[in-house]
Amino acid sequence: MKTFNPLSAFALALLLSACAGKDLFVVLPHEDGSVGSVVVRQNGRDIVLDKANSAIKAGDGKSFTIASKDVDQRFGTALTGLPPAARSYVLYFKEGTVILEPDSGPVMEAMRKDVTSRTAGEIMVIGHTDKVGKVADNDELAFTRALSVGDVLVASGIARDTVMIAGRGEREPLVPTDDEVEEPRNRRVEISVR
Amino acid sequence: MNPIITVSVKSATRCMGAAWLVLLLGLTGAFEARAADVIGLVKTSKGSVSIERGGQKINAASGAKLYQSDQVLTGEDGAVGMTFVDNSRLSLGANSTLALEKFRFNTTTHEGEFVSAVKRGTLAAVSGKIARQTPEAMQVRTPSAILGVRGTKFVVEVPE
Repeated sequence: MKTFNPLSAFALALLLSACAGKDLFVVLPHEDGSVGSVVVRQNGRDIVLDKANSAIKAGDGKSFTIASKDVDQRFGTALTGLPPAARSYVLYFKEGTVILEPDSGPVMEAMRKDVTSRTAGEIMVIGHTDKVGKVADNDELAFTRALSVGDVLVASGIARDTVMIAGRGEREPLVPTDDEVEEPRNRRVEISVR
Repeated sequence: MNPIITVSVKSATRCMGAAWLVLLLGLTGAFEARAADVIGLVKTSKGSVSIERGGQKINAASGAKLYQSDQVLTGEDGAVGMTFVDNSRLSLGANSTLALEKFRFNTTTHEGEFVSAVKRGTLAAVSGKIARQTPEAMQVRTPSAILGVRGTKFVVEVPE
């Protein structure tokens, strides 16, 4: 057994105090390099982190930049476990119908491959309209279109309990327009795979 | 449950339309039932991963459904990845506990709220549609601070 060394005891105490009880928050860049932001609120104070690898420890008043290798060391397991991002596929209909455009076959095929390649893959079918008509009517139309696509997916062998239906109405145009403007590219159904 | 509707049939074409309507409304019920309460799914599960729900501990394999008020736990060799209905993604490293305290999401307006709490361990997250629609409607709490998300990827560590 080693003899008691006051210096190493001091070093150990320092090490412990550095590790103990300090929550750590870090903002990371997305896969495309873009960075959003978070606000860390403690004891009534707000600190915004908005740069890649910008970090703060609870109780500290100042943010710092954390090295990527430290991020990997601390968060490697969690980061590896992040499921892949959702991906969207867009389908168009023949004017005023729920019949899909003939060129939607390859899109459907790519979508199907994507969902089956994911673990516990899911589909969200989201209907969109242009800005002609009332918001409430467009919500209904968007939902009905999404429903008809959901029906096609289920009929083609995709398990119903993996499909969710949503209608976004005119809220998320692909091409921005003024109200009451006809825009065929906005009348679409988006299939979001996650 | 399928809604009951009555349709007066005036012609053969309209009859076809009505049949479709019945079919579609029938499907609506089936699709919506799921959206109402399931908030997300476990996508990746390694080592020991469990969900605590109403005092019971359930093994959480990939595909396991997640509900509001669930607590997700990983053991010494554990890691778990989850997706939520607003497309946000969360994952935990080893020896971690995450409480899914509040989740609501309107798929039409994208309004909602997602509050989770890291009790211990490591969390990695990418925010989704809730945070994009309403900055800071997604929050991650720890014993010492509250993190409001304004659309980003981030990590949180709560040491033992």
